[in-house]
Amino acid sequence: MKFKIFRFARTVGLTLLVIWTVVSLVTLVIELVPGEPATTILGETATQEQIENFNHKHGLDRPAFFISYSSSNGLTWNGVDNRYVDYWAGLLHGDLGTSFRTDRPVLDMILERYPSTIELALAAMVIAVCIGIPLGVVAGTHKNSLTDNFASFIALLGISLPTFVIGPLLVYVFAVKLGWFSPTGSANPEDIVLPAVTLGAALSAIITRMVRSSVIEELGEDYVRTARAKGLSERTVVYKHVLKNGLIPVVTILGLQLGVLLAGAIITEKIFSWQGLGLLLLEDGIGKRDYRLVQGCVLVISVTYILANSLTDFVYRRLDPRIRLS
Amino acid sequence: MSRLAYIGFFIAALFILAAIFAPLVATHDVTAQNLAIRYGAPSAEHWFGTDSLGRDVFSRVVFGARISLEVGIIVVTVSSVIGVIVGSIAGFYGGLIDRILSGYVFNVFMAFPGLLLAIALVAFLGAGLGKLILALCVIGWVGYARVMRGQVLKVREYDFVQAARALGAGSFRILKTHILPNAIQPLIVQASLGMAGAVMSEASLSFLGLGIPPPAPSWGTMIEESRSFDILYNAPHVLLFPGLAIALTVLSFNFIGDGLREYLDPKQRRR
Repeated sequence: MKFKIFRFARTVGLTLLVIWTVVSLVTLVIELVPGEPATTILGETATQEQIENFNHKHGLDRPAFFISYSSSNGLTWNGVDNRYVDYWAGLLHGDLGTSFRTDRPVLDMILERYPSTIELALAAMVIAVCIGIPLGVVAGTHKNSLTDNFASFIALLGISLPTFVIGPLLVYVFAVKLGWFSPTGSANPEDIVLPAVTLGAALSAIITRMVRSSVIEELGEDYVRTARAKGLSERTVVYKHVLKNGLIPVVTILGLQLGVLLAGAIITEKIFSWQGLGLLLLEDGIGKRDYRLVQGCVLVISVTYILANSLTDFVYRRLDPRIRLS
Repeated sequence: MSRLAYIGFFIAALFILAAIFAPLVATHDVTAQNLAIRYGAPSAEHWFGTDSLGRDVFSRVVFGARISLEVGIIVVTVSSVIGVIVGSIAGFYGGLIDRILSGYVFNVFMAFPGLLLAIALVAFLGAGLGKLILALCVIGWVGYARVMRGQVLKVREYDFVQAARALGAGSFRILKTHILPNAIQPLIVQASLGMAGAVMSEASLSFLGLGIPPPAPSWGTMIEESRSFDILYNAPHVLLFPGLAIALTVLSFNFIGDGLREYLDPKQRRR
């Protein structure tokens, strides 16, 4: 028990440490960018007064870190009165700062878009599971047959074709040629299908391969022979016995891939103009040089990713006692 | 080695040759525009057709191989060298250095979605070939470092390393002549898979407009330019050929990586 608490504390500690590093790195990179945000946002024609106002409003007139360096003064110690501490103080109050462009709280802008991204990632996951598991089972139970080779080939395609090729191809076939879906946007409920398939394609390929190899492995186990000897039908053996054990690694992959899907959604969102977090980061953040927004988006995406990974690890340990013991 | 690995070698060799001899292979100037023949379907004159500006898609795909493979090779070389050095240090010296490196630094880099870090870096540094390569190296080296650390930890316990130490060899000599040659094998697999990853990442970033700016014929940029409704409707080949090029390149290096892994480690051979 004591050991368990210790390990839990260690995991939480490491997660916090990782988050701290990520935030600090992003902040550091932003501070190192040459050029003043004020002139980028307000334009070259801005008056000195406008620039000062802007800098004061966003705290840019204050030192960036604990220590600053200038050629005239050398190294100066700024104490805790700096932007880095401000940002952290804000974070702890759930404040991600104010957007340079829109003057709205960054957190509000992110929360507006976050549900669409989660929706897309979950839909992609559902599609990946619905394609991957049956395909993997068929391939695994018919090892080295024509069906298996076909399924493996499809899986290979799913892994090798990047989303930004699959997406436009799907748009070409289903939107341009067949006209079943609209090519972009999310006006109708069925508009999620193409983006979700695009985002889930790689994952379904990964799941197919995993299920295939774990079905093949489990079919060789003693309990399968016992089940068959009892006279159970092959269908019951595969779906009731083999799949139950074979799916454990899939659960892990799903958890780990949730983060990958959220990060990968950036590309899918761009293809389909899906109004999610990725598009917010790309168009409003990077496109308009709204660094506070970029900082917020990167932070939220990576924290989600890190938490998804930690949670998966935790669930996995619960599911498979062998891992807890070793 | 498996048949797929040979297919991989063959396709990769094809792309590498095309990249090296791009000026000879290409049939047209990659930036020459001719609006009179825009959206041209594949023909004897333009093998892969022409794009929305009337540029020859085949020549652009061939020169695109240059960009992709160049980025891939540089990224794999730089990040594997960094990874080998850091990984060896962590594995060989152990103790506090190892705890900081593998317990903290590696975890930080692994815990972060790689593409997001690359996007953030390029967004702040600005687009361009050099910055793109830098960003991909920043996310790439950890994989090599982890593999290398594991290998060094294993190899340093072998008898011949103990023997070399007993004979009075210094740390650096032991690392260089005894451990490294015996630890490097899985790195080759990692490098091959890393090549596929780097080609994919370069295309992704270029697709997002954060890689190599147009009119350079990067495959990712070509796809980005081809995905408007207008072009998809009139000339789907503009999307298809660079897409195929990316898929085949990624596939071939994945085949090579998998094949090498099975070849080097018979225990992992596919059942």
